[in-house]
Amino acid sequence: MTGSPGAGSLIGASVRRTEDRRFLSGNGRYTDDITLPGQCFAAFVRSPHAHATFRKISAQAAYQAPGVLCVLTGADMNADGLGGLVCSWIIHSADGSEMNHPAHPALAVETVRYVGEPVAVVIAETRQQAKNAAELVEVDYAELPVVTDPARARDAGAPRLHHDTPDNTCYRWELGDATATEAAFAAAHHVTRLELVNNRLAPNALEPRAAIGQHDPGTDSFTLYTTSQNPHVARLLLSAFVGIAPEHKLRVIAPDVGGGFGSKIFLYSEETVCLWAAKRVGRPVKWTAERSESFLNDAHGRDHVTAAELALDENGAFLGLRVRTTANMGAYLSTFASAIPTWLYGTLLAGPYVTPAVHVAVDAVFTNSAPVDAYRGAGRPEASYVLERLVDKAARELALDPAELRRRNFIPVDAFPYDTPVALTYDTGDYQASLDKALEIADYAGFAARRAEAKARGKRRGIGLSCYIEACGIAPSQLAGELGASVGLFESAEVRVNPTGTVSLFTGTHSHGQGHETTLAQIVADRLGLALDAVDVVHGDTGRVQYGLGTYGSRSLAVGGSAVVRALDKIIDKGRKIAAHMLEAAVEDIEFCDGAFRVAGTDKAMSFAEIAFAANVPHHFPPGEIEPGLDETAFYDPVNFTFPAGTHVCEVEIDPETGVVRVEKFTAVDDFGTVINPMIVAGQVHGGLAQGLGQALLEHCVYDRESGQLVTGSLMDYCLPRADDLPAFDLALTETACTHNPLGAKGCGEAGAIGSPPAVINAIANALDIDHIDMPATPEKVWRAARRA
Amino acid sequence: MYDFTYHRPASLEEAVALFEGADDAVYLAGGHTLLPTLKQRLAAPSDVIDLSAIAGLADISRHDTLLTIGALARHGDIAASPLVKEALPALAGLAGDIGDPQVRERGTLGGSIANSDPAADYPAALLALGATIKTDRRAIAAEEFFTDLFETALAEGEIVTRVDFPVVRRAAYCKFPNPASRYAMVGVFVAQADSGAVRLAVTGAGPCVFRVAAMEQALATDFSPAALEGITVSADTLNSDLHASAEYRAHLVGVMACRAVTAAAG
Repeated sequence: MTGSPGAGSLIGASVRRTEDRRFLSGNGRYTDDITLPGQCFAAFVRSPHAHATFRKISAQAAYQAPGVLCVLTGADMNADGLGGLVCSWIIHSADGSEMNHPAHPALAVETVRYVGEPVAVVIAETRQQAKNAAELVEVDYAELPVVTDPARARDAGAPRLHHDTPDNTCYRWELGDATATEAAFAAAHHVTRLELVNNRLAPNALEPRAAIGQHDPGTDSFTLYTTSQNPHVARLLLSAFVGIAPEHKLRVIAPDVGGGFGSKIFLYSEETVCLWAAKRVGRPVKWTAERSESFLNDAHGRDHVTAAELALDENGAFLGLRVRTTANMGAYLSTFASAIPTWLYGTLLAGPYVTPAVHVAVDAVFTNSAPVDAYRGAGRPEASYVLERLVDKAARELALDPAELRRRNFIPVDAFPYDTPVALTYDTGDYQASLDKALEIADYAGFAARRAEAKARGKRRGIGLSCYIEACGIAPSQLAGELGASVGLFESAEVRVNPTGTVSLFTGTHSHGQGHETTLAQIVADRLGLALDAVDVVHGDTGRVQYGLGTYGSRSLAVGGSAVVRALDKIIDKGRKIAAHMLEAAVEDIEFCDGAFRVAGTDKAMSFAEIAFAANVPHHFPPGEIEPGLDETAFYDPVNFTFPAGTHVCEVEIDPETGVVRVEKFTAVDDFGTVINPMIVAGQVHGGLAQGLGQALLEHCVYDRESGQLVTGSLMDYCLPRADDLPAFDLALTETACTHNPLGAKGCGEAGAIGSPPAVINAIANALDIDHIDMPATPEKVWRAARRA
Repeated sequence: MYDFTYHRPASLEEAVALFEGADDAVYLAGGHTLLPTLKQRLAAPSDVIDLSAIAGLADISRHDTLLTIGALARHGDIAASPLVKEALPALAGLAGDIGDPQVRERGTLGGSIANSDPAADYPAALLALGATIKTDRRAIAAEEFFTDLFETALAEGEIVTRVDFPVVRRAAYCKFPNPASRYAMVGVFVAQADSGAVRLAVTGAGPCVFRVAAMEQALATDFSPAALEGITVSADTLNSDLHASAEYRAHLVGVMACRAVTAAAG
């Protein structure tokens, strides 16, 4: 009975989010809400050019402006012996060489490589004074030619960004068996080919990035308040690579954070500079990004150019898949940039299908644009887009029903665990079940009638599906290390049991919209048989929470939640020992159920609160036999990734006169394994779908190819989805529990953004009877395609 | 934004005097163009003169076949006004479809037209309805008012006080919004006067609002979408940007014109 769910009433319950009370009543506490005594403000001088050299930064005029405390440059950082920003995942090219990892100074030195790159910082008494003075800093730029298009970055004659990086190439990575794939194509009955672009996106969290650096001269220790998804990782990087302070002298606090979508995983210039400058100035230094700075500097997502081929036999069985991708890294390598188009992309190209041979080659290149890194889905949306577009085109060419072609190639339910040809072992899944359920909910069978009805109104209706698989909770740490990661990928939990029986959970994950304070509390309350409000969840402070890895890659429940379960198991074990002593029974006879420790088969029992009290006020413990206290800690390192999968079905109606696409119906059937809180899961899926539909139809981060200027530098031009762009989503779940973690949970944060883009584009291609249209499928693009079709 | 001196005069005369006495003044109506410009540090006026305390500038009234709307009437007021809804429902509808509720509760008619933003909605209505713009010193026909991209016939320091709209037999506005900003990428306002004469004006497509004579003539004899068949506007002088090429905008002018005519005729 030990470790089994306690009251059993909270797992699977749509409990309302406990954190919403503070968010909705304006009592959230974000970084910009924090005011420290004596704080001053930073404003960054940013490059107006996409590529230029400079020799001199003149700050005299700025120094004379009102309120200015100091002006700092990259040379000052170098003088203080500080390192630059690093990429924490080393990728090796197919020839065995290590990736090119050019220097990334927090403040540019001698060369700027993208518009908006921080060049200097002005620190002043007020935000306005800092901004005013920043305009007075003069830099003697000499402009250089620019390349922003990843497809042209390796061209002969393309301007080179880094002197130590020939052909602007970071690495040329490969995965899979090239020879076997060649053979598969040679034996193919049919080959489907497709060239496509995965459009560059700007993440746009509601809360812009912000930081307050603070230095305590008494202890020579630092505190950084910042908008981070993983404050311990930020502390590690600031300590081990930038070298501002050793970890025990550095506390990183990520208070309430308003959305991240990946963009707040990374260590950026501004946070680093605020922390360093705090000691220089002797006062806390604060910076809050403006939305235009977010567009310029937050790491962007996606930006792939791909050519893919699928080989099929005469029955439509997949024989081989060949993918060549050029991935844009931007001007510098962001914290985890190198891993995204490799281990989070190439490994997912087998999808939910049996494809005997797969080979993928990825060239990562530098261009004069902001760094590109993980954005919701990170590599997996790019993979599902390639595969699901390719499969759809194959179905069209072979005149097969797209659902039928997928069905013929699914990995059967009796084949798990299943080794893919691209390095993963899927533990479990039932792709047929998701597809069947999605087609039923979407009324796939009735589509022809809806199409005919739309046609009678002059509209073009289309339906498209996408069967995605993704990998969450990157793990185990040992494998990640072998693949080049500089950090582990376990998670930690500490459960402190207070004398009166309430519980504080300290998790190494970080909640910035996901609702962990509710979901993780549900796990604790359920296991210990407590009321939900007897559990508090603490996260986001390296001074309070032990080392953990934070939140990204849909890992918080599967990895972080599993650590919580392990810690709770330890508490229940110890509680049984205490109960055995108190109740004068053998430990083996104590069972824990419904929040009570009971002598099996008797009515002798103590509640969890009584055991907690006994543990913390151990008047009746046998000396030396049981340690006082009931707190426990656990670190959980999974043995494998988890593999959420599902089917998304999109139905669109197109006005051929204008090219406007309306998403009329969207069905998402997902298998996330065990679900703790279905309402929160639905919210995560809604958000992911909004961003996926945004990518497919609206969003595109565009640089001018000649000047390298960011064309979509504001919400006037960067088109975020709004409520009226989206339909009411039809959601459903199927469930195959993850086989290797104690919760059976797989992760749900990214699936919406991974599964939906190909479903939308497949629906448009179906409506217009065309082979392909690139994202975002804007009205003009669709209008032109409709005219040609 | 940069520092400036803020004024809130109680009369037009005082506003004009403040304007003339300042180095580089601007008037503030709803602020929906000015404030973002200031916040992005794209403008650095010495003085900002807020017109909101001047009495009578937001009134809406009707005198026979003339609907008069004060320059400081907000989009939301115009959209909700029973007078406007009855006299010129197409104008009320246009106002009710500008931006979002927050924008409509702040933005004003006068502020919008004085800015002559090529993607604003009102210029199409003023031009198609043959409205007259009244200022603190004169009356200007809509034809003469909108002169170019962000340019109007207003003299330095001149203040729009109200707009007089002739009430017409039928009218409609149809817009294709920019997906990101929701400003008009192409907006067509068509109006038919009691005399049968038709005026059709296009906003969003070019650098400045313009009329399409060929469409007006065709519609004067046959006020139906069929009358517009084969009539196109040249893409040569139209805007081209990330969201829409000139060719696509030219095409949309035709589509929106047909839809506006259908709506007006229905």
